[in-house]
Amino acid sequence: MTALLAIEKLSVYHGPFRAVSELDLHVEEGEIVSIIGANGAGKSSLLNAIMGQVGRIEGAIRFGGESLNGLSTPAIVGRGVALVPEGRRLFPSLTVEENLNIGVDIGRSGSFRLDDIYGMFPILKDKRRQLARQLSGGQQQMVALGRALLANPRLLLCDEISLGLAPVVIGELYEILPTIAARGIGILLVEQDIGRSLAVADRFYCLLEGHVNLSGRPADTTRDVVISHYFGV
Amino acid sequence: MLGVWVNQIVQGVLLGGLYALFAMGLSLSVGIMRFVNIAHGDLIVLVSFLVLSLTTSLGLSPLVAGLITLPIGFVGGYLLQRFLLQRVLGQGVLPIILVTFGLSIIVQNGLQGVYGADTRLVRSGDFATSTVMLGGGVNVGLLPLTIFVAAILMVFGLDLVLYRTRIGARIRAVSDDVAAANLIGLPSARIYAVAMGIVGLTVAISAGFMAVWTNFDPTSGPSRLIVAFEAVVLGGLGNLWGTLIGGIILGIAQTIGGQFDAAWQVLAGHLVFLTIFLIRPQGLFPKY
Amino acid sequence: MATTTVATRPDFKALLVPGGRLLLLIGLAVLVAGPWLFDPLQMQVMTQFLSMLVMAMMWNLLAGYADIVTVGQHGIVGIGAYAFFGFAVLAHFDPYLSIFMGGVTALIFALPIMLIIFRLRAAYLAVGSWVVAEALMLGAGKLSAFGGGSGISMPVSVVKQFGAQAAARSETIYWMAFGLALLAFVSTYFLMRSPIGLGLTAMRDNEEGAGAVGVNLVRARVLSFLWTAPFLGLAGAIVTLQKLRVAPPASFSITDWTVYIIFIVVIGGIGSFEGPIIGTIVFFIMREYLAEIGVWHFIILGVLSIGVILIEPRGLWGLLRRVVPGDLIPITYGSTDKRP
Repeated sequence: MTALLAIEKLSVYHGPFRAVSELDLHVEEGEIVSIIGANGAGKSSLLNAIMGQVGRIEGAIRFGGESLNGLSTPAIVGRGVALVPEGRRLFPSLTVEENLNIGVDIGRSGSFRLDDIYGMFPILKDKRRQLARQLSGGQQQMVALGRALLANPRLLLCDEISLGLAPVVIGELYEILPTIAARGIGILLVEQDIGRSLAVADRFYCLLEGHVNLSGRPADTTRDVVISHYFGV
Repeated sequence: MLGVWVNQIVQGVLLGGLYALFAMGLSLSVGIMRFVNIAHGDLIVLVSFLVLSLTTSLGLSPLVAGLITLPIGFVGGYLLQRFLLQRVLGQGVLPIILVTFGLSIIVQNGLQGVYGADTRLVRSGDFATSTVMLGGGVNVGLLPLTIFVAAILMVFGLDLVLYRTRIGARIRAVSDDVAAANLIGLPSARIYAVAMGIVGLTVAISAGFMAVWTNFDPTSGPSRLIVAFEAVVLGGLGNLWGTLIGGIILGIAQTIGGQFDAAWQVLAGHLVFLTIFLIRPQGLFPKY
Repeated sequence: MATTTVATRPDFKALLVPGGRLLLLIGLAVLVAGPWLFDPLQMQVMTQFLSMLVMAMMWNLLAGYADIVTVGQHGIVGIGAYAFFGFAVLAHFDPYLSIFMGGVTALIFALPIMLIIFRLRAAYLAVGSWVVAEALMLGAGKLSAFGGGSGISMPVSVVKQFGAQAAARSETIYWMAFGLALLAFVSTYFLMRSPIGLGLTAMRDNEEGAGAVGVNLVRARVLSFLWTAPFLGLAGAIVTLQKLRVAPPASFSITDWTVYIIFIVVIGGIGSFEGPIIGTIVFFIMREYLAEIGVWHFIILGVLSIGVILIEPRGLWGLLRRVVPGDLIPITYGSTDKRP
């Protein structure tokens, strides 16, 4: 069977600088895969490469057996990849519901409906007519996640969704992830918060300076080993 | 005596309706795409000449000719954005100014080459000359009144499209944060093109009305751009209702200036604009 | 000079910069010898050439370096024209002093104009400066002493003070235009090599970078705007002397002093010292051959400038610069090629 996402020997360049080097990675349907690594390890470059947002890449990015190389971002989203961007990136002057509908507009048809998102995050239903800029950080992150889900992805990319949020809110968001994966959606989770992300992940990759230096199942390794690879010491 | 002044102000308000029509498309492109199309006025004049050609060579009524230009305006705006303006958007301030400036000169001289330098007006029969009594000695033309109503309807219509439709939400999303839109897969170039298509629609509407109400010639574009720009800045950038008020203020300033001396008409508009601008550079009704 | 280039013919490429400089010097020599080389008609054309070169250099300084894309340059030129007429004809000043006063008046007017347009940015500034120029032109049309809306000719007595014979007069005017162009070129060159100028160059390349090297951008922009005003005013006085009359649409000609100038700089190469020179030469050659085709002249200029922006935003000089290994008129110290 082909993996949902299969990346082979991927290198990502920013001008002369190589942010990701010959990286191999795969994500299966319904699987939560965590990418950990310090700032500048190449995590965001990896996500941007999958989304078709970087200038020059080498290697192959295959999604459901088909190559994503050279496709535009809207086309990639149309095939079933959705991103929860770092810093949420909601449209501040749009209402909550308008922001969520943007997800419907960019995505493919599928089972997620507006009401599913309101079921997941009831607070959003109450605030649906409010402008996104008036929400708290945690509520904004819910909208960002909802927006991505409404694109009906087969693969969900989450970039630092816990950044700057209160622990209670982070816990709430992380509780949702397994239920999303249970619908057969693969999740690629990029985080600096090692503890949170390893707790929820089926597998993980640790990145250092654009290379994978450790990968496997969280249960098969210890926190100390992960931390030493995280910092590269 | 008072009646004369009231009449002038009423005429000024109605003239302001036409100016607001000119300005509405500019207000949209400023608010959404954050650029000033230097060729805006020339595109209005271009469509006016199109209306002229449709009425004179095909013998169509101005109304039918005007309706024909609506889809042309939309498609023209869409293509202009997609194939020219989009290529220089986001490359700093200079390229977009220079490209639209070059376009302005091309349109002006192209029109002059095709139509000559003569001043034109599209004849619209009795409609253009009939008036309604408003009482108190104030007589208003049916045509100016129609144009003024059209300006108000246009603000309502644009508000409706921008705030009550899905494409409107997408346009505002791209306007909010184009980088975020690109990142999550919202096709910003296509959305900008649709927005410019809507601008083209407003250009066609204002051009149709201009063609039957005021004289125009191939070099009329810049003065239309300037009055539109003044209305947009006066009203507050990107605020459509503000743009309407801005147009009305300019219309009143011009008719009152013209009351003193015909030659003062245009200058009075500029002076009122510059004065208000110096006091309130952010416009009368800033959006943010 | 081209030691880092791994070109196939490094010898040939290394010759391009000194060769280009030689061409500039030859051009300068031709201008100096102008009165002996040219017939009266050619002298007139060369005077126009020099006046427009000054305006092009000034617009380039503003739009290419200081981020002030004005479409109202003709406003300042017109002020210079009217001020010269006013001082020379109405106030009976010494004619040469009157020309000087054209520059001074332009500088004085530039201050309030700056207060208005510096509140605007980018394209808003462009149209805003246009509004100001329109208002100035319409205002000039209200001055009855200057012939109102239809303008007025200069009295023969004043004209003769610049030379009794037409030939002598056109030579005097030519030398003034030449002196102005030389002054504009040399002084702007040294301005650009001063810390303020280097800051402007940094601003052209990267606005944040310029802030980081400690250049006060607001002050640099103010200085640039005020710098251009007297030169534009003087140019306005000289073209008035050539036309022998003032009139609102001619003295405040948006076509001649703004539209053409923008085309010249864009086609020649904005943000470089070579660009305005190349652009003015190309413009005059084109005008020589294309002027009789009327509107097509403008259409070609418009298409050409849009094409330039799409293909090579740094204009003809930008295209040449892909081959030529260094600037002919180097502004930044010791750099021959730092542009990517």
